[in-house]
Amino acid sequence: MSPKTLYDKIWDAHVIQEAEDGTCLLYIDRHLVHEVTSPQAFEGLRLSGRKVRAPDRTIAVPDHNVPTTADRLEHVENEESRVQLDTLDENAAEFGIHYYPVSDIRQGIVHIVGPEQGWTLPGMTVVCGDSHTATHGAFGSLAHGIGTSEVEHVLATQTLIQQKSKNMKVEITGKLRPGVTAKDITLSVVGATGAAGGTGYVIEYCGEAIRDLSMEGRMTVCNMAIEGGARAGLIAPDEKTFEYVMGRPHAPKGAQWETALAWWKTLFTDDDAHFDKVLTLKGEDIAPVVTWGTSPEDVLPITGVVPAASDFEGGKVAAVQRALDYMGLKAGTPLSEVPVDTVFIGSCTNGRIEDLRAAAAILKGKKIKDGIRAMVVPGSGLVRAQAEEEGLADIFMDAGFEWRLAGCSMCLAMNPDQLAPGERCAATSNRNFEGRQGRDGRTHLMSPEMAAAAAITGRLTDVREMI
Amino acid sequence: MDKFQTITGVAVPMPLVNIDTDMIIPKQFLKTVKRSGLGANLFDEMRFDKDGNEVPDFVLNQPAYRNAEVIVAGDNFGCGSSREHAPWALLDFGVKCVISTGFADIFFNNCFQNGILPIVLPKEQVELLMKEAEKGENARITIDLEKQEVSTSDGTAINFEVDPFKRQCLLDGLDDIDLTLEKSTSIEKFEEQAAASRPWV
Repeated sequence: MSPKTLYDKIWDAHVIQEAEDGTCLLYIDRHLVHEVTSPQAFEGLRLSGRKVRAPDRTIAVPDHNVPTTADRLEHVENEESRVQLDTLDENAAEFGIHYYPVSDIRQGIVHIVGPEQGWTLPGMTVVCGDSHTATHGAFGSLAHGIGTSEVEHVLATQTLIQQKSKNMKVEITGKLRPGVTAKDITLSVVGATGAAGGTGYVIEYCGEAIRDLSMEGRMTVCNMAIEGGARAGLIAPDEKTFEYVMGRPHAPKGAQWETALAWWKTLFTDDDAHFDKVLTLKGEDIAPVVTWGTSPEDVLPITGVVPAASDFEGGKVAAVQRALDYMGLKAGTPLSEVPVDTVFIGSCTNGRIEDLRAAAAILKGKKIKDGIRAMVVPGSGLVRAQAEEEGLADIFMDAGFEWRLAGCSMCLAMNPDQLAPGERCAATSNRNFEGRQGRDGRTHLMSPEMAAAAAITGRLTDVREMI
Repeated sequence: MDKFQTITGVAVPMPLVNIDTDMIIPKQFLKTVKRSGLGANLFDEMRFDKDGNEVPDFVLNQPAYRNAEVIVAGDNFGCGSSREHAPWALLDFGVKCVISTGFADIFFNNCFQNGILPIVLPKEQVELLMKEAEKGENARITIDLEKQEVSTSDGTAINFEVDPFKRQCLLDGLDDIDLTLEKSTSIEKFEEQAAASRPWV
């Protein structure tokens, strides 16, 4: 048998049928659903008289629109948001799928809830009407975003019509230096490949620096595979994965655990398996980074300076000029001199307990700079509860952060948490697109440690000066 | 889904690289529970200022391009989120075809689901069509999916590749779900086998 990659193995285990032209019908093990990309899909089912084929494999949670303030159970100000949230409530009940409503402590960002509850397991196919579904690849599951028509297709058939992607290996060798995190790895990879460098590929991240990451860190890395254009990101499961999964509410138990474990241990890329593209970065060379522009590929070490449009070639010249104008930045300005007025810690990229611990470690005993608006939005109600138990919430609040309830919040600003025009935010989220956090708002992406450091100084800051 | 028929229409040049789905349809318009009506907000924050007035410089506000049916775009069009609201907005505005050197994966699939044809061409050919599109309403482009050919008003013809299955679905206006439901027996069989080999799933 020819050697296979991890992706090949998971793919092969889920192909129901393959046509002569390579079009496959792929079985979907888990379908995660949220309120924004599902209403039209459920409506489609209703109009055609179809049911959800596998309600037990379908898990819904509201996250994009939910307010993160304490009054959210009584009151959702925006009427359209309220309708969308109510619609998910109704659809979950009507179609009999698993559901974590806003009132449930387990509610949170869908990509944090899935792993937390043990829905995400190694070797699975996982889809969701959200591009950051790539997050679940950290468990060695093939996970990717789909559009609403495909959401309806999965609801109705539990399958997707797919063409197989190519294999790409991203290896991070060696050790990370102090102050360098999973976020710096994933941003540096996007910086190296460009926003389209992964298009047509599924990435497997490997190497010592990836192995050394916790499950939370691995989720951060896979989460941003999509920002490099890849269909999905994967990391082979290992003892850390099994330890994370064991005992979670929907993880297998007893004899089934043993059977599952035996299969999971076969989920790795065989020696000599073929990759169509390879990128290798040295862990030691990765610095704490920030984005300066309006594409996640616009990444530089915090010690760098704002580039000029003339530093680029082709279509990127005009794009960089536009980005600098939008971001209100002048070429040659040291990044560490760029002031911020807002700090956002949260999102499916960096809203897990380890992220909050890391940010709190920087903030302990310190105050944020006067005039800064800073908020922490935990990724789930359970993350929030754990952070309170560990005393992290007090550290954040003592420093001057707002301590919010779980949701996507200011990552995409569909709820009331938004930037005003011209405001500049140090954000732990995943996209710095124009208008992403609010019309004419300016976003710099970075790690939770770096965001905490920026809150203290009021400017983009090299966290290594504080550790 | 409507059948994809040959288009002859105005092509609008949008050479900016990495045009993302947040640009195509900003998040405040994702709160709808319907598919229709999003064309009014296509490229909203580029097309309109904060007070809702048209930005005169923006290409879709120029008289020649108000009824464009084709976009000739810079690299990596449609990157970012999975929101199908992006192709819904394009289609509702009247755009039925986008031509670029490359598309983001999810957006690319979403187009086919809605009867929009995304065409990938080499850089030189996209540049040629970009120049053609810059001529305004006099430069009409024809897209013939049957022949897999883009042609300009001066008779230049360019062939393109398209996945055969997706092509047929567009030409016939086929609904994927119906096609898959015809394979229910295979799906059931797969589920039985999976229940035996991976009972924990």
